[in-house]
Amino acid sequence: MLASPVAFDAPPYRLSGVVVGPLLNHAAALAALGDAVREAPYKAAPKGPILYIKPRNTLAATGAAVTIPATGAELEIGASLGMVIGATACRVDPRQALAHVAGYTLVADLSVPHDTYYRPSIRFKALDGSCLIGPRVVARASLADPDALAIRISVDGVEAQSTGTGGMVRSAARLIADVSEFMTLRPGDVLMLGVALGAPRGRAGQRFAIEVQSIGTLEGRLVAEGEETPA
Amino acid sequence: MTTARVAYGGALHEATPHAGGVELEDGRVLPEEAVVWLPPFEVGTVIALGLNYADHVRELARELTVTAKDEPLVFLKTPGAVIGHRGFTRRPRDATFMHYECELAVVIGATARKVARADAMRHVAGYTVCNDYAIRDYLENWYRPNLRVKNRDTCTVLGPWFVAAGDIADPHRLALRTSVNGKVTQQGNTADMVNDIPALIEYLSGFMTLSAGDVILTGTPDGVVNVDVGDEVVTEIDGVGRLVNTIVGDDTFGI
Repeated sequence: MLASPVAFDAPPYRLSGVVVGPLLNHAAALAALGDAVREAPYKAAPKGPILYIKPRNTLAATGAAVTIPATGAELEIGASLGMVIGATACRVDPRQALAHVAGYTLVADLSVPHDTYYRPSIRFKALDGSCLIGPRVVARASLADPDALAIRISVDGVEAQSTGTGGMVRSAARLIADVSEFMTLRPGDVLMLGVALGAPRGRAGQRFAIEVQSIGTLEGRLVAEGEETPA
Repeated sequence: MTTARVAYGGALHEATPHAGGVELEDGRVLPEEAVVWLPPFEVGTVIALGLNYADHVRELARELTVTAKDEPLVFLKTPGAVIGHRGFTRRPRDATFMHYECELAVVIGATARKVARADAMRHVAGYTVCNDYAIRDYLENWYRPNLRVKNRDTCTVLGPWFVAAGDIADPHRLALRTSVNGKVTQQGNTADMVNDIPALIEYLSGFMTLSAGDVILTGTPDGVVNVDVGDEVVTEIDGVGRLVNTIVGDDTFGI
């Protein structure tokens, strides 16, 4: 079974299925690695945006259940702003970058916790249903500043992290510009702004919620493999 | 069955091989240069293998920090990076080492989730040829291989033909080769894959559901060399197809 479909079926918000996120875009997350960034195996701090792909088997809507593989007890609950592209962006200037955004949504990027960024297995990030998107797309004009949004993450109703979209190595506009330098972003593609340091973890049976006041609340729950039953 | 997707006369068409070039579904026969070749199927998730031929592992051993592994080395690409046969691939002006990779592309035809090796081949719809370019100048040691190296616009070439699985007697016994401006630079055989197709489908479907249109690029043997603006690069797999691509420079893109 594929994860439940995600479709904001009102142009220009129809999603293409392409979802890309940056690794370590949160400056504090990069700083937390300390001198390790200059040591093997990394040998240097990242220069370009380091990106990963959430393939279409991962996509799910708000309220979805995410199955934790039998091999792991917890999943990391990464929360990110999702920029829904509305106009084809190819080698755009940062000053014009945000004009290519149709609107904003939330992304719950669930992954198997891993402490290497060198060449981690894609199974950490490509689990079925591990990318929840929603609950809606708000028009670009309705958000004054995508780089100054407060994000609250709760697990079982208890606040687990209070963070925001500020403090990024690359702002929303800069990230679109730097990604579009080598890969064209097309209408319906979703570019994540990035997950902040300190993402909480959840285990089977728990529910999580990601909230940005001006966008809404994206919810999901975690279930153990073999115990997937309707909510 | 062998099919292509082409654009001609203001519309998209399904095409089949013909002695005179290609035949459209409406009966028109055209030289292959007369049509625009698209990737031969609707491309879903693009799953690529690194280091899946033993000789290529040795070739890159000095650069890589690992030589042995217990899990296939997999990375993903977005469909936006894909172009078709007779297309043009951009070589940025500052690149010093850009190379092709001739690969057998395995197209999934039926949903695959937790598929055992013995059942894996039933989920294969067919095959095509891939030329999966890399620009090593941009390699960074973060989530290798990073997208700036492997997921660039125009740098994943697929085609010309989609060849149905039933028409390939043994996908693990296919000679493949690359030539640059007519000179053969890379030769191998799919028999030398470290992880064969059933192993890859079993591994991948163990954590991610594969769907029709997803494609597995099964890796490349040794013999990758730098290519320059103006080079014609032909990646070819016996019985599957001969994929032509031309390297163009930044000037073409107004850069």
